Amino acid sequence: MINWRVILSISKTHLLSRVKQTAIAALGVTFGIGTFIILVSFMTGLNGLLDGLILDRTPHVHIYNEIKPSEKQPIDLYDKIKNSFGVVHSVKPKFAQTKIHDALPLIGRLNDNAIVKGAIPQMKAQIFYISGSIELGGNLVGIDVLEEVRLFNFGQYVVKGSPEALNTTDNGILIGAGVAEKMSLDVGNTVQISTVGGALFPLKIVGIYQSGLADIDNIQSFANLKTVQRILGRPQNYITDINVKLFDIEQAVPLAQRIEKQFQLTAVDIKTANAQFETGTAIRNLITYAVSITLLIVAGFGIYNILNMLIYEKMNDIAILKATGFSGRDVKYIFISQAILIGVIGGILGLAIGLGLSILIDNLPFETQALPTVKTYPVNFNPMYYVIGITFAMVSTFLAGYLPARKAQKMDPVEIIRGQ
Amino acid sequence: MGNNNILEAKNINKYFREPVMFHVLKDINFRIKSGEFVSIMGKSGCGKSTLLYILSTMDTDYGGELFFDGEKLTGKPHEELAQIRNQRIGFVFQFHYLLSEFTVLENVMLPAKKLGLKSPEEIQHDAMEKLKLLHIEEQANKLASRISGGQKQRVAIARALINDPAIIMGDEPTGNLDSHNANNVLRIFRDLVEEKKLSLLVVTHDSDFAANTDRIIEMGDGHIIKQ
Repeated sequence: MINWRVILSISKTHLLSRVKQTAIAALGVTFGIGTFIILVSFMTGLNGLLDGLILDRTPHVHIYNEIKPSEKQPIDLYDKIKNSFGVVHSVKPKFAQTKIHDALPLIGRLNDNAIVKGAIPQMKAQIFYISGSIELGGNLVGIDVLEEVRLFNFGQYVVKGSPEALNTTDNGILIGAGVAEKMSLDVGNTVQISTVGGALFPLKIVGIYQSGLADIDNIQSFANLKTVQRILGRPQNYITDINVKLFDIEQAVPLAQRIEKQFQLTAVDIKTANAQFETGTAIRNLITYAVSITLLIVAGFGIYNILNMLIYEKMNDIAILKATGFSGRDVKYIFISQAILIGVIGGILGLAIGLGLSILIDNLPFETQALPTVKTYPVNFNPMYYVIGITFAMVSTFLAGYLPARKAQKMDPVEIIRGQ
Repeated sequence: MGNNNILEAKNINKYFREPVMFHVLKDINFRIKSGEFVSIMGKSGCGKSTLLYILSTMDTDYGGELFFDGEKLTGKPHEELAQIRNQRIGFVFQFHYLLSEFTVLENVMLPAKKLGLKSPEEIQHDAMEKLKLLHIEEQANKLASRISGGQKQRVAIARALINDPAIIMGDEPTGNLDSHNANNVLRIFRDLVEEKKLSLLVVTHDSDFAANTDRIIEMGDGHIIKQ
């Protein structure tokens, strides 16, 4: 019954005979969709970057021995005063070694677990950087550098030199950027460090480490695990921390709980450690979508307005079409198809402009101390956003066109003709 | 078709409800035979245009019954009435309503395209034939807004003819034309009745025009005075 070729040819003529108005309506959609694409791509790109910054280098589960008082004090074990009130003054932490007991078998077990991407040992030590008579306090972390690179993108934060050099240099050190600056040190120099016990060791700088967080860069340096163990005079099974990376981050919470129970160690999962971070991401996403949807709604009102005007201008046409046998439904489709055509053309143009500007932003230089590895603005080219964009363009233009089109459907040709 | 009634009105009553209740058409009864050229005359406001809109199926808000070629139209859904208007009734208005953004040819072709029984080539051929019949084929590719009033009226007649309807209705088709063009239109109508055996129903003020029709229905104050 509905002859689409005729209907589309009529709407095409309507649109083409008023190119300017059509273009303005389409540009409204283009602007809305284009801005949506740019905003979403840029914001999610930025979110991804910030997420990556934290998530990539934070272990999904961090296992260590925490110094803390015993949860059960001796008085709690004494049965006879079970129903009364015990007060203990001057509670001291329990004496325990900072090393993880039986760490190497534990690491082996974790690595055998199918959900674990990798579990690697670390040893943290308090040291001083010696420069003449000045002693700077700091941390030296003994790591398995190649595993760190594989699991935690460690290489991204070595701004000078290379992490591989640490692997091949037995007494090498990757020194924190802040320390290096304070002490005017560079790759190839030697730095003296002293342990808390007072022993002096010269280490050769093979690279400079910059995390982007000044507090860390001012104190932290990295050396081989074996080197740190040797400096402190510890055996090879002396390990203070185990960092675990999982294939699926959702498994972090149950795994951490299991480890705590089974091995009586402290295991912190990434969700607990970075709870505030996820909130930030969610709110940024919310703002992005709110702004984009507002833009699209404004574009929708533009289309509604223009089609409404068009229908009043075209009252005669509507009367003639109805008098010559076009049904109300045909007339409705004529105007809805115009709205959808505007939406499709404007939407595709918007996608193109959004993509173009996204590529431009992706190539803009963006250099900051805080993010040493980032050279350009981050942009997320997820095709899903383009699908959402064009879908929203179609839906909003359809809705904007539907109301005026229904008005045209209901217009009485007799009223129009009599009105002349 | 012989002496069949192409159009029959039985007890048509029509009220305007706005701004006050007003009885426009009072018990209208008449028949139009196939191949008859009938004009409706009457003073302004006597309801003749209102009657024509009811007869043309565009206005469905009336009492009484309307038959077209023996088929009862009263109470049919709008979609079906639109179909009947498209195929069986041609319409010519006083203000020669054309779609101004379309060419003359497209205007004539549109009702046939809506009907969709013929291929676009056939429709174009038919449309050119109708334009030739009315001697305006050389205007075919001009925009409808770029031709003169007399030409527009002839294009409107060509459009009314495109689907070979059973009846053509005109609402003061010559009301807006000078005497030369009015005579032209009258001659065209006469030819159509005689050569194509079309029925014609024309509302007019022009008594010279009415005098040349087969039958005059005179209306006054919502009644048929003489038929």
